[in-house]
Amino acid sequence: MITVAELIREHEEESLENRAYGFWLYLMTDAIIFALLFATYVTMFSNTAQGPKPVDLFDLQHVFIETLCLLISSVTFGFAFLASVQKKLASSVGWLLITLVFGLSFVVLEVSEFLEMINEGAGPQKSGYLSAFFTLVATHGLHVSVGMVGIMMMTCQILFKGLTKPVCSRLFRLGLFWHFLDIVWIGIFSVVYLPVFI
Amino acid sequence: MYAEAMPGESAVAAMQGSLLFGRLTLDAIPFYSWVAMGGAVVTVFTVLLAVLWVSWLGKWRYLWSEWLTSVDHKRIGVMYIVLALVMLVRGFIDAIMMRAQQAIALNNEGYLPPEHFEQIFTSHGTIMIFFMAMPFLTGLINVVVPQQIGARDVAFPFMNSISLWLTAAGAGLVGVSLVLGRFSTAGWTGYPPYSGSDFSPGVGVDYWIWALLISGVGSTMTGINFIATILRCRAPGMGLMKMPLFVWTAFCTSILMAFAFPALTVVAALLGLDRTLDMHFFTNDLGGNMMNFANLIWIWGHPEVYILILPAFGVFSEVTAVFSQKRLFGYPSLVYATAAIALLSFTVWLHHFFTMGSSPNVNAIFGIATMIIAVPTGVKIFDWIFTMIRGRIIFHPAMLFTIGFIITFVIGGITGVLLAIPPVDYLMHNTTFLVAHFHNMLIPGALFGYFAGTQYWFPKAFGFKLNEFWGKMVFACWFVGFYLAFMPLYVLGFLGMPRRLEHYHNPDWQPLLLVAFVGACVVLVGIFSVFMQFYVSIRDREQNRDMTGDPWNGRTLEWATSSPAAPYNFAVIPQVDSLDAFWAMKEKAEAYSCKDHYDPIVMPKNTGVGVFIGGAGFLLGFAIVWYIWWLAALSLLAVIGLLMFRSSQKEAYEIISAETVLSIEQARVRHYPEVQSAMSERSPS
Repeated sequence: MITVAELIREHEEESLENRAYGFWLYLMTDAIIFALLFATYVTMFSNTAQGPKPVDLFDLQHVFIETLCLLISSVTFGFAFLASVQKKLASSVGWLLITLVFGLSFVVLEVSEFLEMINEGAGPQKSGYLSAFFTLVATHGLHVSVGMVGIMMMTCQILFKGLTKPVCSRLFRLGLFWHFLDIVWIGIFSVVYLPVFI
Repeated sequence: MYAEAMPGESAVAAMQGSLLFGRLTLDAIPFYSWVAMGGAVVTVFTVLLAVLWVSWLGKWRYLWSEWLTSVDHKRIGVMYIVLALVMLVRGFIDAIMMRAQQAIALNNEGYLPPEHFEQIFTSHGTIMIFFMAMPFLTGLINVVVPQQIGARDVAFPFMNSISLWLTAAGAGLVGVSLVLGRFSTAGWTGYPPYSGSDFSPGVGVDYWIWALLISGVGSTMTGINFIATILRCRAPGMGLMKMPLFVWTAFCTSILMAFAFPALTVVAALLGLDRTLDMHFFTNDLGGNMMNFANLIWIWGHPEVYILILPAFGVFSEVTAVFSQKRLFGYPSLVYATAAIALLSFTVWLHHFFTMGSSPNVNAIFGIATMIIAVPTGVKIFDWIFTMIRGRIIFHPAMLFTIGFIITFVIGGITGVLLAIPPVDYLMHNTTFLVAHFHNMLIPGALFGYFAGTQYWFPKAFGFKLNEFWGKMVFACWFVGFYLAFMPLYVLGFLGMPRRLEHYHNPDWQPLLLVAFVGACVVLVGIFSVFMQFYVSIRDREQNRDMTGDPWNGRTLEWATSSPAAPYNFAVIPQVDSLDAFWAMKEKAEAYSCKDHYDPIVMPKNTGVGVFIGGAGFLLGFAIVWYIWWLAALSLLAVIGLLMFRSSQKEAYEIISAETVLSIEQARVRHYPEVQSAMSERSPS
């Protein structure tokens, strides 16, 4: 004879496992979106229409700091997740907040780069190349911002609900998302910025 | 040079209009043509009538709590199909209007102004693909797949509800475009630069973009949902090669949905950026490249064809086996053919634009790849025919659709192989030959399958069978109507008639166009029969009750439950050890056993959040179309807020008590003697 509480627990466990699986599938669909934006960027690379060229636009130091922020945030998110596995609530929240700070610095740096370019007359309306550049990089930036909303939400959930099974499972999925964005950024760094500096 | 945006200058399109209403003014009401005005009035009246009818019946509470907020896959599936049927009528009205225009417009303007005619062919294609075929197949998959794999629900019931309401939101946007503003005039694929803001400055293309974006997100989620459902929720023992064929086709379709729809999202979003923020992805000037659009949209578009057709193939496979009273011939070859088609569908997109300047070698490769797809499809046709050979065929309407499909689809396939030869395509491109070809694939290859599925699974969803006379009428009218409407278009293509002509000056074309119009009228009778069949069947439902849950002597697991299936589908999750699991259960006489005790069952509780997300999605699209930015921001915040609210909520469950389960199961088994006598009467010894 199975009790209702046991049935619910069984149901919950199964549905959390399903969600982790479904989230991998979601990431694959998102990877396709980025892949197509990369392809668009590459085909538009020389369509600068007498406007500014990639060589004139980027600042290596700026991009380097941006990259560092994002990579470090991935490491700190890893610590937050490990702390949650060990049921260390305070340390998990602490690492999440540190992640948030690095994520925020990344977005601020990116927005400042965008604003600087727009002020120099290199906005997305200038040429096909710049449309592709802004769309690719801003789509990533938008994802990071969504991830930051997720981090804030998870911080609240950990504080108010504790490290329950559903909360930990959500944190795991948010982690997947956050690390995925790191990988995409490495793609952006190698395809968008690096060729200009070599 | 067209408007070149200088920094600091507010030349961005998005800045147009007033703060409160954006560019929405009284001019949005279609006074430009009496036909368009008529369409607007009819739309408003239909919606009002539906609202009044439900109010008069006093069914709002029931509708809300039992249906709209439901997370039960069977109810979501039924709602998808209702949406599909409504949009089928809408799309068909467009079709018959075009046929009527072309039938009379020799050396005169006909009754439709060009601007309106262009909207009609655009909305016909958009509606039939995105809001008729997609919801129809998604609905069938929803109703049937969990039951066929012995599961109680899909992997993500709540996400399923969001998918439904996002699809409905997209359909709603297309509907609103009839009343406020105009729809796109750029054809259902919306090629730039014509669809760019330089040549199509109004709201039409924006309606098209946002209807596609919003419903496309829904389709992507449906794809993810059913990949997870099929891979993770199957009954114990059901290996991949023991899945019913419909599950296999649903699986391949889901993979295609999840991996092709992101391309549509990207291409629609980029066109939206061009139009709203004056970017230059696809413009004529400043480094735009419209070939990118053609590539991106067909990277989605060709897999989309198989998204539409594969589930229908699945239906035909189930129907052929059951109504030939034999097991399916060549199950493994059908599975491999399905998978091969799914894979190859990503390798042929370029054949949609052979004439747009690729080198002969590139064209040749894509031409050959296209022809190769005919091979697995041919394998399937032979498998179905071999299933029928030496079977005792029952000519149920579902079976008639299947036979009609096999004959008609082969003709369409042959014309497809013709078009796959690039030099031939150069002659036929953009003629009515092409129009005839793809209707020849999609009407039998998709729609006949969905109709067959409706005839076949209706009792499982509602507990009574559909009237067979009207079912045969539906088939006869669609079959005859199809041939009358589209065979002349093949000939017209050879005569050189371009597609999408609003009027013409060649008298040789008119007789054939008149025949095509007669065909459309026969199809009209077919559509009338669809609704007549529902009416007659609902009226006579007491005589046609399916008491056993197995009206057709079925072979797969969905027939192992009562009709309509209980919310939990299976009181005990079945153990599967062969293909045709239910058939095996019947042979071992285990199909109608009833235990004297059951465990209670946990199901997810209904929630209105999906409906609200769909509503907010609709408002978001509407607001961006009209540049009402405050509303857009508000609806975006609403979506985010609703998702956060839902994810912070404790999961709510519906507990179905052991006693309820017992009484439902006993009711099903009570009719076992009737089943036994019916089976010995029907099945060959």
